[in-house]
Amino acid sequence: MNNIIILPVIIPFIIGAILILLYKRHSMQRVISGITMFVLLALSVFLAIYVYQHGTIVLEVGDWKAPFGIVIVADLFSTLMLLLSTLVGTVCLFFAFQTVSQDREKQFFYPLYLFLMIGVNGSFLTGDLFNLFVFFEVMLISSYGLIVHGGTGYQLRESFKYVIINIFASALFIVGIAWVYSITGTMNMAHMAQRVSELDQTGALNIVAIIFFIVFACKGALFPLYFWLPRSYYGPPAAIAALFGGLLTKVGIYAIIRTFTLIFNHDVSFTHKGLIVTIAGFTMLLGVLGAVSQFDFKRILSYHIISQVGYMVMGLGIFTPLAVAGAIYYIAHHMIVKTALFLFAGATQKITGTTDLKKMGGLLGTHPWLAWLFFITAISLAGIPPLSGFFSKFPIILAGFEEQQYVISAVALLVGLLTLFSMMKIFSYAFWGKQKHTEEQAKIPVGKLLLPILPLVALTIILGFAAEPIFTYSMEVAEEIMNPTNYIESVLKE
Amino acid sequence: MMKKPNNMMLQTLARLIILVVLSFSIYLMLAGHNSPGGGFIGGLMTASAILILYLSFGLNPIKKVIRFDYIKIIGIGLLLPGITGLVSIFFGFSYLKQFFGYFHIPLIGEVELTTALPFDLGVYFVVLASALTIILTIAEDDK
Repeated sequence: MNNIIILPVIIPFIIGAILILLYKRHSMQRVISGITMFVLLALSVFLAIYVYQHGTIVLEVGDWKAPFGIVIVADLFSTLMLLLSTLVGTVCLFFAFQTVSQDREKQFFYPLYLFLMIGVNGSFLTGDLFNLFVFFEVMLISSYGLIVHGGTGYQLRESFKYVIINIFASALFIVGIAWVYSITGTMNMAHMAQRVSELDQTGALNIVAIIFFIVFACKGALFPLYFWLPRSYYGPPAAIAALFGGLLTKVGIYAIIRTFTLIFNHDVSFTHKGLIVTIAGFTMLLGVLGAVSQFDFKRILSYHIISQVGYMVMGLGIFTPLAVAGAIYYIAHHMIVKTALFLFAGATQKITGTTDLKKMGGLLGTHPWLAWLFFITAISLAGIPPLSGFFSKFPIILAGFEEQQYVISAVALLVGLLTLFSMMKIFSYAFWGKQKHTEEQAKIPVGKLLLPILPLVALTIILGFAAEPIFTYSMEVAEEIMNPTNYIESVLKE
Repeated sequence: MMKKPNNMMLQTLARLIILVVLSFSIYLMLAGHNSPGGGFIGGLMTASAILILYLSFGLNPIKKVIRFDYIKIIGIGLLLPGITGLVSIFFGFSYLKQFFGYFHIPLIGEVELTTALPFDLGVYFVVLASALTIILTIAEDDK
């Protein structure tokens, strides 16, 4: 029975290999990968419910016993992330069916897509630090493939930076792993958590903690390591940009939350309330200032990823159950809304042929559905009350005031205001005003394109109106990860 | 296009060298799971043996002889380890549980057979085929 939690990794692996065998038959690849993503989605829904009812599931791969072999752990937090990642993956894949050109499809688009899902799902599920590194690499190598996919000059230039920064971060990751192994003598995260608490987290262990923070901050685009993100996410087609924007940085954030709630949670006043909160403040503020200064649809959205990643890390930094629950709620809200916004950018680009806001206008008249759905998502991102954005920011900021972190809470409020401003900028430039696209462009139908985005828009409304039960759920997730003894005991079976 | 050079020395030697390199690479692959060697190094060595063929006899003549689609070999190579891992699930064990046993095979004698071998064979195929794909793609690029 426990084998079921490895399936989100194995299914895309085997199907990806089969798709390589069928590399000349594109329509078949589409059908198979579409079905696979639906199966994965159903599986992750099942896992989320099963783990919620029966508690954490642990699989010792190859029957090698816990501290020595590799463990795969499905607890509430990882199944929630799994659910979100397969949801985003499914939606983006169905958007890709309609937007990715035939030339790109020929170049192993679908196998790479599934291999990316292996890396992401594996990172969420693994309970072994070195294995986390391996899954990060699987994810990154497929993302290198997808980000240069199509091979335009701009993509090649910007992805080069993306590759370099990630290779550097991976090298640093290995350094951190080697160091923590030399101190604790284990790679199993639960075992490591036990050893670190016995050793008292001081001196070298704090340095290791910061090295891991730098590594994950690089992948999660935190201040000051976010510079690669806005330009490299601008190049690839909308479906890929949406997948990356919704998914990849969140894997880094997941790793930060996991390591800093499970392993390095003994020197909170230094790591969490000092370092992480400060970094979060700068990330939020500089990210949103970048967004305010831009006049390009996709670039504004990319800068918003940075500023919102700041909120999640801020929730972790304040480190009370309420704040961490807010951060988890925020991740769910952000993955859904950000993917939807990137896909809207792709849809408007299909109509107007540009992402430059100054060359757009009047889309509200010709494509009202697109405009209003975008409007709902945009104000949800900015945090207007009945939608999910409000209920995710509210607990974080509330917890900030409760913990007397006034500066960071004020920054968070200001950033919310600026987010609203830049979202309204997109709306007023692209959708209001005089029509700047031609009559032929005005007739381009987008109904089919909007269909995959609809579930995401519906979810942001549902997350807002059903905030009570969903917040109770994220409270439970937060309490579980704030209290790691449960995780440690289920892995080590003591 | 260059005039065709006379590669007699190279071609004669290549015939001998390849025999040694190929057999040693297969030995390395088979030895892999419990002594130095393995699918990765074996695959690289086989790839280099085939590369000597391409170098000494030219791209197109060898393409007529070796008609494998390397990309499909990558796919098969990826499938093998995945399926090897899955087999243990059907017998009620954890994923990737490994088994081994000693069997008596006529002519060869006592042989240890393990489930690590098909896993390694998959690695061998992936490395072999991807190394050759990369090199041949670069080689065909300058046309």
